[in-house]
Amino acid sequence: MNRRYVVQRVGFALLTLAALLVVVPILLVVGTIIVRGASAIDWEFLTAMPRDGMKAGGILPAIVGTVLLTLGTALAAIPVGVGGAIYLAEYARDTWLTRLVRLAIINLAGIPSVVYGLFGLGLFVLFLQFGTSILAGSLTLAIMTLPIIISTAEEALRAVPTEFRTVILSLGGTRWQAVRYVVLPQAMPGIITGIILGLLRAAGETAPILFTVAAFYLPRLPRSPLDPTMALPYHLYVISTQVPGMPEEIKYGTALVLLALVLSMNVVATLIRSYYRRRREW
Amino acid sequence: MRAKIQVDHLSFYYGDKQALFDISMEIRERQITALIGPSGCGKSTFLRCLNRMNDTIPGTRLEGRVLLDGQDIYAPGTDVVDLRRRVGMVFQRPNPFPQSVFDNVAFGPRVLGLYRGKDELEEIVERSLRDVRLWDEVKDDLKQDALSLSLGQQQRLCIARVIAVQPEVILMDEPCSALDPIVTLEIEELMKRLREQYTIVIVTHNMQQAARVSDWTGFFWLGRLVEMGPTGDVFTRPQQKLTEDYITGRAG
Ligand SMILES: Nc1ncnc2c1ncn2[C@@H]1O[C@H](COP(=O)(O)OP(=O)(O)OP(=O)(O)O)[C@@H](O)[C@H]1O
Ligand SMILES: [Mg+2]
Repeated sequence: MNRRYVVQRVGFALLTLAALLVVVPILLVVGTIIVRGASAIDWEFLTAMPRDGMKAGGILPAIVGTVLLTLGTALAAIPVGVGGAIYLAEYARDTWLTRLVRLAIINLAGIPSVVYGLFGLGLFVLFLQFGTSILAGSLTLAIMTLPIIISTAEEALRAVPTEFRTVILSLGGTRWQAVRYVVLPQAMPGIITGIILGLLRAAGETAPILFTVAAFYLPRLPRSPLDPTMALPYHLYVISTQVPGMPEEIKYGTALVLLALVLSMNVVATLIRSYYRRRREW
Repeated sequence: MRAKIQVDHLSFYYGDKQALFDISMEIRERQITALIGPSGCGKSTFLRCLNRMNDTIPGTRLEGRVLLDGQDIYAPGTDVVDLRRRVGMVFQRPNPFPQSVFDNVAFGPRVLGLYRGKDELEEIVERSLRDVRLWDEVKDDLKQDALSLSLGQQQRLCIARVIAVQPEVILMDEPCSALDPIVTLEIEELMKRLREQYTIVIVTHNMQQAARVSDWTGFFWLGRLVEMGPTGDVFTRPQQKLTEDYITGRAG
């Protein structure tokens, strides 16, 4: 047999192996969590307050907390992120100011999440006196999410052919009309992907909420944005490391709920994306 | 025939680089004016001066005047949006928006607010599509994606999109260079019909096309207008040696 052919076969085999290696950990993680956590999930677990030092009862306040924090993050990060991306992609000329903004975005993306937590503590909790609250936590998460949203949204906007903008200007339209009616709809799938990526990260992070919002044990639902709340990732951290004698089932059950929440956001994102792909009219 | 557009000692610069040198010409109303010349001689730049599309390119500068119906379009206080409505543009590659046929034609009227009520918008769309002879081909499915049309249909759709805002002048920058010869002839037929209503300026690399469709021809060379006159004269007895060389294929 030809030597080059053998080399190719071996090469392909190795590449296939590498691809499979990516799948294995995901299957293991998801599999373990489902196998060991599914038995914990029942109606009470999802809808009740924790009891007995969190060793029994449900995790409702943590679920609600994470949902509220994700919503708050979305509310703060989407307008600023998408607005900033539109500015950078459609209006900004290459000046020192825009270069500074870009530099800031790149550096923001590289900051470890615990630093965001400390920053949020300093700015929102203490200086602006929001206290440990959903407001402070959401804003902290929003800042962490911004670079992801801005850079993916900007890329998606830039991928829309320049010609469309030129045509709209030549029809007497304005730059904004070009953005509004053609560029933005075209870029929407990419922008939504960026938003979801950012929010997924926000939903699962522990460090940024540690000092800004998360309560160790707070068996009631928040009443205002200025209340602290429990949240799934932090709750998971607490019951896994801080509470002796915690039943395994509850740990894995909590992890499963967090995973399900995140995966369902992914599904929603995919649906929205395909909806925009099909719907091109206005 | 009255001059629709009068260009007066026009010079144009991209930064330090001068692209047009002291150009003066008259573009007659309801006639087809062809601009020919070798690549890079400034035809597109000149065309874009006529509806101020060069404004969108940073660092450019213009000297001289461009009069549309006697009004200087570069005078301060000019409504550029209205200017671009009056002087529409068709591009080299067919570039419909990735939307339905209807929405493409309706786009201009919508962003400019040129209609009252849905009925009037539908009327405008139908009239524009009829004007470019596309109506019969698409009337059964105005909701179909514009990108599913053939290239020739797409280019006619783009012309309909311009016509929908009721322009007075239509600028065309090599509108056929992405199309096959048969479709090219269709578009040329269309241009001859449109001439009854609109003033048309077409940039073309194709000398036969200029000779076939245009009433007037201007020959550009290195940013200068070398010669301009009735198409028959320019092609059969050019005044300038340069024009003759270019037309007969000895220069270019
Ligand atoms: N946006 C721009 N920035 C800088 N220079 C430009 C720009 N557009 C065109 N030029 C320059 O201006 C000159 C004229 O270009 P233009 O595109 O008007 O020529 P053209 O006659 O249309 O050529 P073609 O037949 O290839 O389309 C060229 O030297 C070109 O390099
Ligand atoms: Mg050109």
